[in-house]
Amino acid sequence: MSNPSADGDGDMLVRVENLVKYFPVTGGGFIRHTVGQVQAVDDVTLSIPRGKTLGLVGETGSGKSTLARCVAGLIPITSGTVTFDGRDITNLPRRVMRPVRREIQMIFQDPYGSLNPRRRVGSIIGDPFAIHKTATGQERKRRVQELMERVGLNPEHYNRFPAEFSGGQRQRIGVARALALRPKLIICDEPVSALDVSIQAQVLNLLADLQDEFGLSYLFIAHDLEVVRHVSDAVAVMYLGRIAEAGPRDPLYTSPRHPYSTALLSAAPAADPDAAASRQRIILTGDVPSPIDPPRGCRFHPRCPKAQAICGEQEPVLESKPGDPSDHVTACHFPVEAGEQLAAAGRRETP
Amino acid sequence: MSVTELEFEAQTAEAAPEQAIEGRSQWQLTWRRLRQDRVAVISLVVILIMVVIAIAAPAFAALAGHPVDATYPDNGLSGAGTPVGPATHGFLLGTDGVGRDLLVRIVYGARISLFVGVITTAIATVAGVSVGLIAGYFGGAVDAVLARFIDAVLAFPYVVLALALAVVLGPSLTVIIAVISFFSWAGISRIVRGQTLSIKEKEYVEAARSLGAGPFRIMFIDILPNLLAPVLVLATLYIPTAVIFEATLSYLGLGIQQPTASWGNILADAQNFYQQAWWYVVFPALALLITTLAFNLLGDGIRDAMDPRTERIFAARRKRRRREQGTPLAEGELAGTSPGGLPGGGA
Amino acid sequence: MTLLEVKDLAVSFPTADGLVQAVRGVSFTVDAGRTLGIVGESGSGKTVLTQTLLGLTPGGQISGSAVFDGVNLLGLPEDKMRRIRGAQISVIFQDPLTSLHPLYRVGWQIAEMIRAHDSSVSKAQAHERAVELLGRVGIPRPELRVNDYPHQFSGGMRQRAMIAMALSLEPKMIIADEPTTALDATVQAQILDLLLRLQQDFNTALILITHDLGVVADIADDVMVMYAGRAAEKATKRDIFYSPHHPYTKGLLESIPSSTAASERLRPIAGQPPSLINLPAGCKFHPRCAYVMDRCLSEEPSLRVVGEDAFHSSACWLPVEAAGLSDRAEELRKETVREGRSDAAAEVAEAIAAAPESEGSVI
Repeated sequence: MSNPSADGDGDMLVRVENLVKYFPVTGGGFIRHTVGQVQAVDDVTLSIPRGKTLGLVGETGSGKSTLARCVAGLIPITSGTVTFDGRDITNLPRRVMRPVRREIQMIFQDPYGSLNPRRRVGSIIGDPFAIHKTATGQERKRRVQELMERVGLNPEHYNRFPAEFSGGQRQRIGVARALALRPKLIICDEPVSALDVSIQAQVLNLLADLQDEFGLSYLFIAHDLEVVRHVSDAVAVMYLGRIAEAGPRDPLYTSPRHPYSTALLSAAPAADPDAAASRQRIILTGDVPSPIDPPRGCRFHPRCPKAQAICGEQEPVLESKPGDPSDHVTACHFPVEAGEQLAAAGRRETP
Repeated sequence: MSVTELEFEAQTAEAAPEQAIEGRSQWQLTWRRLRQDRVAVISLVVILIMVVIAIAAPAFAALAGHPVDATYPDNGLSGAGTPVGPATHGFLLGTDGVGRDLLVRIVYGARISLFVGVITTAIATVAGVSVGLIAGYFGGAVDAVLARFIDAVLAFPYVVLALALAVVLGPSLTVIIAVISFFSWAGISRIVRGQTLSIKEKEYVEAARSLGAGPFRIMFIDILPNLLAPVLVLATLYIPTAVIFEATLSYLGLGIQQPTASWGNILADAQNFYQQAWWYVVFPALALLITTLAFNLLGDGIRDAMDPRTERIFAARRKRRRREQGTPLAEGELAGTSPGGLPGGGA
Repeated sequence: MTLLEVKDLAVSFPTADGLVQAVRGVSFTVDAGRTLGIVGESGSGKTVLTQTLLGLTPGGQISGSAVFDGVNLLGLPEDKMRRIRGAQISVIFQDPLTSLHPLYRVGWQIAEMIRAHDSSVSKAQAHERAVELLGRVGIPRPELRVNDYPHQFSGGMRQRAMIAMALSLEPKMIIADEPTTALDATVQAQILDLLLRLQQDFNTALILITHDLGVVADIADDVMVMYAGRAAEKATKRDIFYSPHHPYTKGLLESIPSSTAASERLRPIAGQPPSLINLPAGCKFHPRCAYVMDRCLSEEPSLRVVGEDAFHSSACWLPVEAAGLSDRAEELRKETVREGRSDAAAEVAEAIAAAPESEGSVI
C-alpha cells in the first residue's frame, strides 16, 4: 500500500500505519458482554508531513474524530501503529506518553464544551504549564498573558470565566492552550464549525499565522469541504472508517477519483448562485450504513452509482490509479474518469 | 427554541461589554440570585438564629437560672407529679417530666441536633464525593465494585441495622455519628457518580487528558468544581435528614442518653405526658420542624439559584407575575446569565 | 401574490442589564411560491424575528405589523394563532430530534397533527395520509417506516419526517430555521433538493433562516442580510452575491473560503458582533466596518434602493453606485471614504485595522 500523503520519506512528522480502532458494543443484562464491534476506524494508513496540514474529510460516522483521538493517544488503538517524530507511540502508558503530549495538542470543536465553565481563563490556559510543571506563579501568569496576546485576546481578561467570551474568543482560548507548550502537531477537530462565518475566517487566519510562525503541523478535521480546501496541503476522504481517497489537495479537489469524494464535492454548497445552478449535483441515495455491520467489499457500494458485482465482494485496495500522481490514492474498482458524469445527477432525487 | 436564541443573545450581551475585568464566579451569581429568593433568605436567617441559640445555650441556662440538668421537683412539678405549663414559676416553656426547664433542655438539644446534623453530613459528603468520583471516573471493575457497594448500602433496612449497631456497640454520640454517616454517604455517592459519568465525557476533560493531566488532577481540578453545586444542594438537604435520624434513634432510646438533652430523647420522654402536658411535646417538635424545614427550603433555594433550568421556570413565573403588575424584570431572568449550563448549539 | 407583509417589526426583551433589542424595525414581504433567505450570524435577530411571527416570543415587547393572508399575526390571541400555526404556517427546526416526540411513532405524530386541525378526518384516513407524506418526502417503504419511533430514523430521515409533518396540512408558508445545519453535506443536498421540489409542487412560500451562504446561494430567490436586529441589505440572490452594497454583506462573502483562491488569506470581518443591550451609536456595523465615515458614527442609515432593480436596498451611507465587487466600485468606496472621514472616524478605522482579528487596512 502506498502512502497517501507522502512527498518523499523521512520528512513525515506522523505516520499512521494500518490503524484499527474497534469499540465493543456491550449487551444489556446482568453481566455485560460484548455483542458486536463498532468498526470506527478500519485499517487506515496516512502520514502528516512536517510543517504541513493534512485535511481529513468525512461525514458523521466516518471515524475521522476517532482517528484523531487515536493519533493523539487519547484512546487505545486496537491494532496498527502510530509513529510520531520517528518514535513509536502506539498505546504508550500514560507516564511514558507524558513528554510526547507536550508535542501533540488538540483544538476541539465545541468552544462551549471544551473549556471548563467553572475555571478562570488564565488558569485554563495555564493548565499545560501546571501539568508539565514548566512555569509557576508570576512566570506562568506572564506566559499565559503572552499567549492571550498572541491569539488576539485581551491579556487583562485573565481572570474572566469562559462564559464571558463569545464563541470565537473561546476558540482563541482553546488555541492559546494548545499552543502553550510549543507542540509540533496540533490536531484540530472541527475547530471552526461552531463559529459564525466572519469569526471562522478570523480563527482560520490565526491558525495559518501560527503554522508559519512555529512550523506547526496540523491534522485538520472538518466536514466543510471549502474550509479543508483552504487550509490543507493534502487531504484524505474517509467513509465508514476507511480512507476512500487521499492525495495532494488540488488534484483531489479538481479531479476526484472515488465516486464518494465526487459526490461529496458536488454536494457541498458553494456561496455562488451561478455555480450552484450550473453544477451537476450527485445526490446520493440512502444513509451511511451502520459501522457495527458495514457492507462487505467496498463499504460505499450500496450507495454508489457505479457499483458492480465485484464491489460487493472484494474490497478495493487504496492505490494510485493510472494517470494519477503516486501520492494520489483511491480505493475503488472503477474510479471516476475525467469528464465522466455520474448517475443521479441534477435536481432529481430517487428515494 | 426561543429559549436557545434568547440565551445566545443574553450571552452575547454579557460577553461584549468591557466593564468588569474580574469575572463573576458561579458563587457570586448564585449568591446574588439567592438573595432575591425571600423564602431562602428567611430560612437562612432561621438557621443562623438556631446556630446562635445552640452556641449560646449556656447563656440561656444562666439567664433562666436553671442549669440544664437541674431538676426542680418543688416548683417544677405539679402536685400530681406532672410537668408545669409554660410561664409558670419562671419556666418560660414549662418543665419536663422530671421538673427540668424545658426551654433550656430544647436549647441544649439544638446543640446536639445541629452538631450531629452538620458533622455527619460533612463526613458523608466527603466520603460520598470521594467514592462517587472514583467510581464514576475510573469506571470498569472499580466502578462495578463500588456501585454494587453503594447499592447494597442503600438497600439496607437502615433503621433496623442502626438499632442493631446501637445495641451491640452501646449508645453513644460517636456511634450515632458513625451510624448516620454510614447510611448517608451512599446517596451522595450515587448522584456524584452519575454526574461524574456525564462530566468526564465533556470536551474539557478530554482537553485536560490531551494535555497529559493525570486522573487525580482531572478529578479534583476539572470535575470536582462542576460537582460542587449539586453536592452543596444535596448536603443542605441531608442535614435535616440527619437531624431527624438522630432524633429517631434518640427517641427509640438508642441515641443520645439522658441526662444529655436531645430533641429526640425529649420527645421520647414527652410521650408519657402528652395528655397532661401539650407543651412538652409541642415545643421540641416545633424546634425540630422549624429547623428541618428551614434547611429543606434553603436547599431548594440554593438549587434554584444554581440550576439555570429551574431558574428558567421561576423566571417565567416571575415574568408573568411582573407583567401583570407592570414592573420590570429582575437580573438573570432571561436565562443564561450563569456561567454554566449553556447548551452549545442554538441560533 | 404577497402572502406575508412585515412592517417595522421590533422585538425587545427587558432585562435588569437593560433592554435586549433583538429586532429593531424590520420590513419585508414574502410571495407565494418564493423563497426568502434570511442570513445573519448568531444574535442578529433572525430567529427571534420569525418566532415573533408565530407568537413564540413570550415576554417580548413587540411593535409593528405582520399581515399574513389578510390577518395581522402580531397580537393575535393564542387560540387563533394556534389555528394558523401548523395549518397555514409551519416550521421546520434545526434539530428534528428535539422537535419530534421520542415516545410516539412518527406516523402517529403526523396523523395527530392532521386530526388536531381537522377533526373530520378519521384515524385511518390520517394514517394513510401520513404514509403518503412520508413517501412524498423520500422515505423508503413508508408503509413500514410510519410505525417507527424517531430514534429509529437517521438524522436525515428525521428531518424528512419533520418536513412531512410541516407539509401535512398543506400550509401556505413554511419557515425553515437552519433546516440543514445539523446534517452532513450529502444529506443536506438531499434535504435542500426536497424542499425546493416540494415548494414547486405546492407553491408554498418559504422563509429560510440560515447562517450558511452556500444554502442561500442554492435555493433562495431573495435574500435579506440581518445585522444587529436590522436588515443590512435586501436583494435578489444574484444581487446579494454579485453586487453586494453593504460592507457587512461584502465582508460575509469575503470571509468564506472559496475555491478560486484556495491558498490566499481569508479576509474576515474584524471584531465581534455588538451586544444587543449596548448597541453602538450610529450605524451598528461601524465599529467593524473598514469603510467607516464620520456620519456612520452618529447617524444610523435606513434601507434605500441601491440597484437598478428597485428591490435591491441597503442600509449604508456609501453612495448608491458603490455596489459590487469590481475594482471600480472599490475605488468609488475608497474615494467616498476619503472625503467622508475626518479625525473621529479615522480613529475608529485605525482601531479596526489594529484589532488582532483584523486583516483590514486603513483606507
